[in-house]
This record gives sequence, C-alpha cells and structure tokens, in this order.
Amino acid sequence: MTDTFQLDGATVSFEPCQTVMQAALTAGRYIPHLCYHPEFKPHGSCKLCTIKVGGRTLSACTMPAEAGLQAESNIEELNALRRTLLQMLLVEGNHFCPSCEASGNCQLQATAYELQVMTPHFNQFFPDRPLDGSHPDILLDFNRCILCELCVRASCEMDGKNVFALAGRGITKHLIVNAESGMLRDTDIALEDKAMHVCPVGVILKKGVGFSVPIGARRYDQRPVGAQALDDAPRPAISGSCDACEGKS
Amino acid sequence: MVDTRFALYPPYGTDIPNMNDKNGNLETAAHPENLRRVAIDPVSRVEGHGKVTLLLDENDRVHQVRLHIVEFRGFEKFVQGRPYWEAPVMVQRLCGICPVSHHIAASKAMDMIVGATLTPTAEKVRRLMHYGQILQSHALHFFHLSSPDLLFGFDSDVARRNIAGIAAAYPEVAKRGVLLRKFGQEVIRITAGKRIHGTGSIPGGVNKNVSTEERDYLLKDIEQMIAWSRDALVLVRQLFEQNLDLYNNFGRFKTHTLNLVREDGALDLYHGGLRARDMDGNTLFDHYDSRHYWDVIFEDVKPWSYMKFPFLRSLGPERGWYRVGPLSRVTQCDFIPTPLANQARKAFMAFAGGSVAGATMGFHWARMIEMLHAAELIQELLHDPDLQGNDLVSKGQRQERGVGVIEAPRGTLIHHYKVDEHDQIVRCNLIVSTTHNNQAMNEAIRQVARQYLDGRKLTEGLLNHIEVAIRAFDPCLSCATHALGKMPLQVELLDVEGGVLSTLARSADGAFS
Repeated sequence: MTDTFQLDGATVSFEPCQTVMQAALTAGRYIPHLCYHPEFKPHGSCKLCTIKVGGRTLSACTMPAEAGLQAESNIEELNALRRTLLQMLLVEGNHFCPSCEASGNCQLQATAYELQVMTPHFNQFFPDRPLDGSHPDILLDFNRCILCELCVRASCEMDGKNVFALAGRGITKHLIVNAESGMLRDTDIALEDKAMHVCPVGVILKKGVGFSVPIGARRYDQRPVGAQALDDAPRPAISGSCDACEGKS
Repeated sequence: MVDTRFALYPPYGTDIPNMNDKNGNLETAAHPENLRRVAIDPVSRVEGHGKVTLLLDENDRVHQVRLHIVEFRGFEKFVQGRPYWEAPVMVQRLCGICPVSHHIAASKAMDMIVGATLTPTAEKVRRLMHYGQILQSHALHFFHLSSPDLLFGFDSDVARRNIAGIAAAYPEVAKRGVLLRKFGQEVIRITAGKRIHGTGSIPGGVNKNVSTEERDYLLKDIEQMIAWSRDALVLVRQLFEQNLDLYNNFGRFKTHTLNLVREDGALDLYHGGLRARDMDGNTLFDHYDSRHYWDVIFEDVKPWSYMKFPFLRSLGPERGWYRVGPLSRVTQCDFIPTPLANQARKAFMAFAGGSVAGATMGFHWARMIEMLHAAELIQELLHDPDLQGNDLVSKGQRQERGVGVIEAPRGTLIHHYKVDEHDQIVRCNLIVSTTHNNQAMNEAIRQVARQYLDGRKLTEGLLNHIEVAIRAFDPCLSCATHALGKMPLQVELLDVEGGVLSTLARSADGAFS
C-alpha cells in the first residue's frame, strides 16, 4: 500500500524512497526545475523546485516524500520567486535566444516561457566567456552555462570520464574542462557520451548541426516544458541514489 | 493629385551638373565657416539614426548637402568568435524588413565554408524563400510607404499622407498592399519556419522542404498575386504618364551601376556574376566572380559618416561610386526570365524615349516589375516537384573563407567570412545594399536641394521632398521607410556663431512646432 501527501490540495501517492519531485511528476503534477534530472542524483542547487511545507521552503527534488506532508508549489508567491531566479540566471550569462541554436530545445527558455518571464528585470552582466572550439566534433559555449552540474554528474557517474567540473566560488564559479590545457580537445569526451546529451541549455554542442531541426519540430515547439517533464516521468528511483534513502537503509 | 508646380523645373537633360566636378558636387563646401548650417536630425535611421545637413550662404544658395548615417551596428564585430553555423541566424537580426537577405547571403557564404554544392531541393527552397521576401518587401515599400507620396503628392496634406490616408481614399490599393505582403510573408513562413527571423537556411542547404499541403496552400492565391502585381504596374505607369516631368527630373543624376546577372544575362536575384556599367552605359566588367568582389570593389571611409562609401576600383573613390537596387537590376540585365515581367521591362525601357530608366523615381516602376517577376517565379517554383525532395543538406571539402552575394530587395548584398580551424568566425565583412547606395542617395538629395531648396523658406512639404528622394531608394533607413509621414524631424537654422535663428520640428505624431 502506498502512502500519500498533499500537493497544492491534491492527494499524491508515492513509493518508498521517492522524493516529492519524483512522486509529483509520477502523479502528473509538474514542479518547475532545471538541475533535477530523472536519471541523476538530486542536486538541489537551482532552487527552482522550491516548495513550501509548513511555512518553510524546501527543494522538492531533495525532499523525501512523507506521508501526510502538506506542500504548496503552484502558488503565486513561489512562482514569483521562481521568475526572479530565472531572471537572475538569464542576466548572469549571455543568453541570446534569437541566435541560439538551443532555442526551442532549451529548458531554461522553456521554463521562462512556462513561468511567464517577460523581461530580464535585472541589468545584464554581459560576462566575457570565450568559446572552446578546440575539439573537432564538439563546441563548448560557456556563455549559456547555468551551473546545474548535469554534465559534471553525467561525465563522472555515467561516462566515468570526469571531463567537466565547477571551479571558483560564489559569483566567480564557472564550468571548466578537466585537462591540463583546459581545452576540450585534450579530454577523451566522445559524441555518444551521456554528458553530451544532458545540458538543459546550449553549452555542450555537436558541431555543425545547429538549426538543422526546423522551427515547429523542436522539443518545446509542440508541448511546453511542464508537459514534457511529465512525459519523462515516471522513472524508477535509482536505488540508493539519495542521501535520505541511504540514511534509512 | 500631385502638385504640378514641380513640372516648372528644368526638364530632363538641361540642368544635370557633373557630380564629379569638385565645384558642383555639393559634398564639401569650400568655406564652411561662413555658411549657415541647417540640420535635419534625425532624418531617419538604418535601424537607428540618420541626418541630413545643409550649408547655405547669405543668399540661401546651397553649398553642401550630406546624408549621414550615424548608427553603428557592430554585427561584423560581435559575430567574431561565434560558430560559423550560427551566422545565418544571427546576422539576419540586422534587419526586420528583409532579414531573409542576410539569412541567405550568410548561408551562401557558409556553403563555401562547408564546401557544399547545394542539392536541387535546397537551392529551390532557398530561392522560394528569397522571392517571397522580394515580393513582401517591394509590396511593403510601394503600397505602405511610397503610395501616399505618389497618390496624394509630395507636399500634400500631411495629415492624410500615410497608409491610413490611402486606406480611406484608395481602400482597394491599401488592401492589395496588405495582402500582397501577407502572401510573401507566408512564403517565408513555410520555407524558413517563421515570417520574420526564421531558421530555414543552414550551411550546405535547408532544414525543411515544402510539403504538398504547404505548396497547395500557396498555390491557391498565387494567380491573384500575379494579377495584383500587374495592376500595380498599371498604376505606376499612370503616375508617370500624369507627372512625367516631375517624375523624370526629381532628384535625377547620372550614375554607374552594379548588379548580379545570370550567366545568360538574365535577371537573377539569388545568384550570378557581377556586372558594372558606367554612367554612359559602357560595361566595366561583366559576369565577374562575386566570390572575389574585393578585386573590383573597395570601400572608402569619410570623416563625416559612419557608413562606408564603396567604389569601383577601376574608377577610384572620387569617380567610382555607383547605384544598386531594382532600377539598376531591371535596366542593366539583358532580359527577365519570366514572360509578364519581361514584357513589363520592355515597356518600361521604351517609355518616354527610355528616359525613365535613368530617373530616381524610376525605382518605383522597376520595383513593381521585380514584384511581378517574384510572383511569377514563386508560381513556377511551386510547380517544381524538387520542392518536396528530402535531400536537404550537402557538405564537401572544408574551406577557410566564404563569400555570399545576393540581390536583396534594396540591392547587392555581400557577406564575407573567415572561419578558423576551430569552426569559429574570425573575420566578417558585410556590404549591405544601403551602403552601396550611400553616395547615390547623397547625390539624389543634393539634386533635390538644387531643385527645390535654394532660397526657399523651410516647410514640411520641403522636408518631405528630401524624404521622397531618400525613400525612392527604399533604403534601410527605418524611420524614413517605416513611419511614413511621421518621421520625427527637426530643422534648425543657425547663424555663423551657431545661434539658433529659427526651428521647425515635426514630432512622431506628425504635429509641427
């Protein structure tokens, strides 16, 4: 028998070891997110999936589902905070959707549409982030990185190559390539690696194929990000993959 | 009706000063320190601002006239470092009126970079996209922007000299303008994915074909578009017949020309070799490989304008400036490869002893011939089964340098890129149509100044004469072409010390103060 909790007044059932995010998506209830990916350990860094439980704010992707939990997600107070988070991400990098090949396939752009972000609001940072085009098949455009660490996790946990890492602290934190030269050409990354396919924005790109998918056939042209996220769920929780579970077992 | 008093001005051929004569060219006054300065600022913009300045002596004789484009765009700089496949999508943001031009010119350059020879499907889808754009852009210019000048008169009541006035007085003309433009935009949407700033053209080909449903959707209206384009030609001919002296002489000047032509000399707006002729009709070069344009064209820089001044190398910067665009293309090609447009070209070239072919206002007639040609070609392409092909992209030997040249609605457009071994753009040079016409537009307004400004009190109608001359070129001066009759203008009459003697200002809503 499964337990249940309340999300925005609706009853959501869950399996043992599921997080609030996993249970919600399985039940067909979308909670906005960027750093969460159903195939990886919860990360809890983007804070877009913030929910309110008993007056406290928590990350739905790391919060273990508990019977009787009373959670709020789709409320204006939280959506306003989510919009602000998205606006800060959009101004912190160089996100020029009009000429970005990830446009239409970008989770950041799609989530901004979903939450109705109408303006950047904050002053643009316009950081200077040169591209890494050194690899013959792969281009890195650091301008769009949102530090979700999905590529770091994929390269480490699935590819076993440890190609990417984050360096620096605070506002200077940035994505780096784990090579003495710092160049992608000096790593053993390959096109079929998982790290090539998890970037939610447009940092890790296969060369020479940008814009080959016509407008109308891109991932988010037909269905918004909320519907796509539900399509991707349910996924089985990865056994022993979250700290909460590991603590219980 | 058009104010016929302009017909009093000297007819064609009697008062055309030699523009290359230092004393007659009005570019730089000998002693500007003693002259009054009149500025029209902003006249308009190239996605920004432009202005006209005049220097007058105490007898109100004009000594200097300059059209300045004061906007800096910067695309050539900030495309540096970007991956080459991004260029066709990024650089089209230069413009919202004919972005397809930049989209396709950049794609043609990138075809060279990836060593591609286009498949028939890819080339025909691109051509369809391009001619859809020619149709919508020419319709926009003639019906929305220029018809109020042409149908009401250059200095008619400013309150109705706009598209709303046209809609009230000539509802059928306005409706056709809107629907012709809409059709062209639909062609673009189907081939590029969006009406404005699509992504259809990519290095080495296109990202989609045209389905049979899409083809049939366009075919159901194409006959009507051709019919309306023919009617537009009848209208523009009538205007010339009614106002021949005015239209023939307004802002008229002699000029060299540059345009692309097909191998057999036919008009081709997508691809061809460069043809240049001097102001007397002598061929300077023909079928020149546009991928080496720099051997025959160079760009001069002048201290008073942010826009460069291209010139034909063989004639030098002083004498080598030229005119591009519909008037040059239609008059300098050998024939037009669609029957109705070719017939229209012959009529145009024969009209009034061939004199209209050299008139600045002849741009409007030539533009409508091209619009008819575009409609005919769209019909021809839509019946071609290659549009439904699935072989969309090709690649070959990677190259370092790529040059793409097309005939955009406003004239020859050159994109030139150098890409490094990391697939990143390291150099970019764009010579856009309006830049080619820089000196020619200056000459046109200098001629207008000679004809209409000397010794006259400044009026709104006078200001509009300058606009009409600039507008004939359909330049990408956004205000001049987009906010017709509502261009914010300010003219100041200054004394020698810079003190304001009188001011005439027009706000964006058309009010004067």
